[in-house]
Parts: sequence; structure tokens; C-alpha cells
Amino acid sequence: MRTFFSGIALSAMLAASAVMAAGQAGAEPVKVGMIVTLSGPPAALGKQSRDGFQLALDQLGGKLGGQETQFIVEDDELKPDVALSKAKSLVEREQVDVVVGTIFSNMLAAIFKPVVTSDTFLISPNAGPSTFAGKNCNPFFFSTSYQNNQNFELLGKYAEEKGFKNVFMMAPNYQAGKDSITGFKSNYTGQIADEIYTPLGHKDFSAEIAKISAAKPDALFTFMPGGMGVRFVKQFRAAGLADQMAFLSAFTVDETTLPAQKDDAIGFFGAGNWAPNLDTPGNAEFVAAFEEKYGYVPGTYAMQAYDTAMLLDAAIAKVGGDMSDKDALRAAIRAADFTSLRGGFKFNNNHYPVQDFYLLKVAKRDDGKFQTEIEQKVFEAQGDSFASECKMTW
Amino acid sequence: MSTTLVLVQILNGLQLGILLFLIAAGLTLVFGVMGFINLAHGVQYMVGAYFAVAFYGLTGNFLAAMLLALASALVLGLLLEFLVFRHLYDRDHLDQVLATFGIILFLNQATTVIWGPAPLIIPQPEFLSGSIPLTDGLLYPVYRLAIIAAGLAVAALLWFIVTRTRLGMLVRAGATNPDMVSALGVDVRRLFMLVFGFGAMLAGFAGVLSAPIFSVEPGMGDNLLIVAFVVIIVGGIGSIRGSFIAALLIGLVDTLGRSLMTDILKLFMDASSANQIGPALASMLIYVLMAAILFFRPTGLFAVGRAT
Repeated sequence: MRTFFSGIALSAMLAASAVMAAGQAGAEPVKVGMIVTLSGPPAALGKQSRDGFQLALDQLGGKLGGQETQFIVEDDELKPDVALSKAKSLVEREQVDVVVGTIFSNMLAAIFKPVVTSDTFLISPNAGPSTFAGKNCNPFFFSTSYQNNQNFELLGKYAEEKGFKNVFMMAPNYQAGKDSITGFKSNYTGQIADEIYTPLGHKDFSAEIAKISAAKPDALFTFMPGGMGVRFVKQFRAAGLADQMAFLSAFTVDETTLPAQKDDAIGFFGAGNWAPNLDTPGNAEFVAAFEEKYGYVPGTYAMQAYDTAMLLDAAIAKVGGDMSDKDALRAAIRAADFTSLRGGFKFNNNHYPVQDFYLLKVAKRDDGKFQTEIEQKVFEAQGDSFASECKMTW
Repeated sequence: MSTTLVLVQILNGLQLGILLFLIAAGLTLVFGVMGFINLAHGVQYMVGAYFAVAFYGLTGNFLAAMLLALASALVLGLLLEFLVFRHLYDRDHLDQVLATFGIILFLNQATTVIWGPAPLIIPQPEFLSGSIPLTDGLLYPVYRLAIIAAGLAVAALLWFIVTRTRLGMLVRAGATNPDMVSALGVDVRRLFMLVFGFGAMLAGFAGVLSAPIFSVEPGMGDNLLIVAFVVIIVGGIGSIRGSFIAALLIGLVDTLGRSLMTDILKLFMDASSANQIGPALASMLIYVLMAAILFFRPTGLFAVGRAT
């Protein structure tokens, strides 16, 4: 009896696979796997990435480079082990052609090796650690975002140019927090009022705010991503310090936190490679289409994912949908023959972008929503400072 | 480091202590009176904050939102007691820990599903916004002073209930010898339910108060829960007075430690090492304090004499 049933099952499976093979014979669909953070408090960032990529895909009629595309989204839960197993499953089981991920640098570190060693292209739509920008740059890894330090460096440059004499610095007590202060200092030569490190996930900034208030600096530089930024901005404003000093920040006031910060963040400065009001071809249309579809203001995370999809679209079209010739595909990605929403975009020798960077300012729009807006351009066609350590040439 | 700055930091410490007290008061009663370990107490703080956000969205008035949120927190507390906790009183502590940990996971996820993962916030009430200058250039937000005042008022109210009313007498008796109280004809189950609901409401109250200054997000109560346990252990389990003193002590030590530790270290080491060690040491302080107090007074500062 058992053999009888398994015989049926087997023949059914064979028949099914024969049908599938016939279906694929014409053109094999392009498979793109995405790994972003979609749970926990930072889920808003991953959601922006997923929605940005999906929007591009929808606008392209579900096709990248004219090829039917299967888009698989996975949640890394902000846990390195989960990210690793999801990446392995995408590469080994799903056999995707491209992995797009991640939001956080430590997640990228977790999935990097299994993806690139299987000769699968890995494109980061946000995380841009220095780790893979210098000596460890890789022919299978691209970033469409920025190198993490650049936003901090631009704020330091701005503080220097603006002639701030006394800057107070505050960051969470972990690697990225310390990097932010180092990045800022690399361009700022003025006096440092004080430099304080708070626990990661800090709740009550009253003690820090009292110190800032007592130090009377010209400007505050801070890096408080996610919920920390929401709390800090709120408390900073309530303490009445917003009128006394410039608020320079990176990843602290952006489209993912502004829905909670609202009026309290108005006039605060951020840093980035893009803003919803950037005047480039197609940008206004992108923002309008995104808001129409998802009901919230896109941030740089959404833009970078959208650009990633458009980059892939151009590259896949260039190789005529042939995903098997990796060298040709790499050359096509390197060419970056697409119109980026941020205007000029090309890849540096380390596969990180060369692009403009701007000081951003939080503003309230006429419809009552909040967004960052371009205040001034700080870096023009800027590559990162690690590219020279990368041995890759092309 | 001027004296005014130290004064401001003391106010900050008091304010943190008051919030801790509101959470710890319920926790110590539930733990002390019922011998029940409720890990889900921190989520009740979170739920209070979410209720405040929801009702603020409906009414647009902070006071109305607070009253509705308090009522809802009380109802939710009673509901949880009725559905889950009541069945766990006779089980051992491991079962209680597992079940209440499950409640944490469930409620954290439920808030994510309902309100989304992004942090939310409500504005400070108009009449408490702004800040007052303590000295030249040093401002202190009125709202934080209001938190201190509200917390002191609750502490006074609790003191009155516990020491001057019949209900308080039963609670104190229950903390010392629950079996005897039951034998004397008191409905201990109902007493437990009341204590539980009240504790949940206090935690919810802390959540409502903190909603305008902290961000409201899933899991916001998890860290505070650990500190609240430190408070009730330092204060002596079951003692409201102990948890009040301990909460203020922990709040002050934590805040002053965070603000002064790095500066103190800078006196005898270079700035960069002080920046490295200071924050790490500051975040350990309250646990060091707990260990020291437990060494000298193993049952906490104000231990409730428990009949065995």
C-alpha cells in the first residue's frame, strides 16, 4: 500500500516538475531576494526598503530588465543568526541571482560571506560599513547607499565651514556611536565642549541635557538612531535648548522618526545623500507615487531601494536577461546606466557610490506631514575615504 | 560642574526615581502579598503609554486621555488576573515566570500589530509645557516637575491607604501571613485581585506620565522592569515604604552616576580612557549598590517581617 501511494506521489511530482521545466524553458525568471529588518522597533527602516523596491518593480510591470522577476522578502529580525540562515536559504534553496540587503551593518557582516562566496551578487540598499569598503572590498558586493562615515564627516565639515567654535558631542556607547564622533572630528578642528556616551537604547536624557545646557555650546552634534532619537529630540525641545544652539545630527531626524517627532524636530539638521524635495528628474514623481501607494513619506531608505531596483533593471537589460554570465553582469552593474533619484550616481572602484551629500533640515509640509529638505550641498561627487585601500580595479 | 548643575541632576534623579516607584509599588505588592513573580508588570507600563496615545488620538485632551488610560489599564490588569494569573498562584515560581514571560511576548507583539513598530509620542499638555529657569541659562521643564509632584501625591495616597485604612491593613496582614488572613474569613482571592488591578493601574500611570517625554514603542517596559526588580529587592519585598526610598535612591544613583562618573574619572586619568570607562561604570552602579545592600541587609532596607 505504502509503495503504491509513494509511487503516485512520485509520478505526480515528476509531472509537476516537468510542467515547471516547460514553463521556465522560454525565459528563466530573475530571482531577487531581499533581507531587511522587518520586526522590532527598527522595522520602519526595513519597511521603507521593501516598499521602495516593490514600487520600482510595480512601475516596471513586475519585470527587471524586461525579464519576469520573482521578488522574495525575508526579515532578519535584527539577529545575526537569523540573517545568516535566511541568506543561506535564499542562496542555496531559492538560488536567487541577487541578494539585496541589509539595513544594519552587523546584519550585513553576518550574510556577507555565504552570499559572495556562492558567487551571488549582494547589493546593500543601506548598510555601508567600512569593513567592505577598503581592503575587503569584493567583486560580488555593491552598495547603493553610502559609506557610514560620510554623513558624520559632512556634518563636521559643515560645522567647520560655519565657524562653530564649541561643539558638544553625544552618541550611544557602541561601535557606530564612536565611529560617528571620529567621523565628525575628522573635519572639525574647533573646540569640543564635551563628548558623552549614553547607553544604547537610552530612555531619559535629562542628565545629558542638563550637561549640554550648562556647557552652552554653539552646536550639538549627535547620532541617536531610531527610538533614542525620538526621545532625545522631544526632551531636547522640551528643555528649551532648541533655540540656543544648532542641532546637527545623522540618522536622528529622518522620515522614519519624523512621524513621531513632528514639530519638535523642525529646524533641526540632518545629513544625507537625498531628501524628498531634492530637485532631480523623476524625484517628485517618485515621492508622489510612493505616498499614494503606501501612505507615508519616503525616506532615504526607500529611495536607495528604489534606486537598487532601477540599477538592476538597467544592468539586466544590458546583459539581455542572461544572469549566468557573472562577469558581464558585474560590468553592467558597474556601468550604473540608470537615472538615480539623487541625480549623479556612479560606482567608485570599491563598488560604493560616488555622490553628492547634503545638509538636510526638517520642515513641515503644507499637508501637515514632515520631511527633511535640502539645506545646502556639502560634498560634491564624494567617494568614501576607504576606497583607496581597495585593490579592485576596473 | 557647578552646584546648579548638580541640583538639576538631583531633580532628574528624583524624577526617574518617582517613575520607578510607580512601577515598583505594584510589583512589590504583587510579589510581597501574593508571592507571585509577575514579569509582565513592565508590559503593563507599556500598555498604559499606548492607551494614552490611543485615547489622546480620540479626545485630543491629555487629562481625559490619562483618565481613560488609567481606567483601561485597571480593566486590563483585572482581565489578565482573571484569565491568566489567578491560575498560577499555586504553581511554583518557574511556571509563573514562564507564563508571565509569555504575556510579555504576546503584548509586545500585539502592540506592534495594532500600532506598528515605529515609536509614537503624544505632546505634553499645554498647561505643563515650557520650562522654568532655575538659574541663568539652566532651564528645567515644567512637565518633569509635574511628574515629581504627581508621584509624591501617589506616594502619599498609598501611604494613607496602606497605613490608615482597613484595606491597607488587610494588605499588610496579607504580606505577613496570607494563610492567617484567609483563616480569619477574608476573601484573599478578591484581595489579590484588587491589589493586582491597582498595581497594574500604577504601572499604567507611570506609562501615561512618561508618554510625552519618552517614545512609546513595543518593548519599552522591558528594561524598566529589571530596574524595578532592583528597586523592590533593595527596598525589601512587599514594603511600599521600602520601594519608595529605594526607587529614589536608585534614581539618584543612576542619574548622578551617569552625569558625574566620567568627570570624576577625568580627575585622575586622561579624557579618552575616562570616556571609555565612565559610561560602563555608571551603568553598573545600581547593581553594585544592590549587591552592597544585600550583603549588609539580605532582606532589603525595609524588610517585611514575613511569618514562615
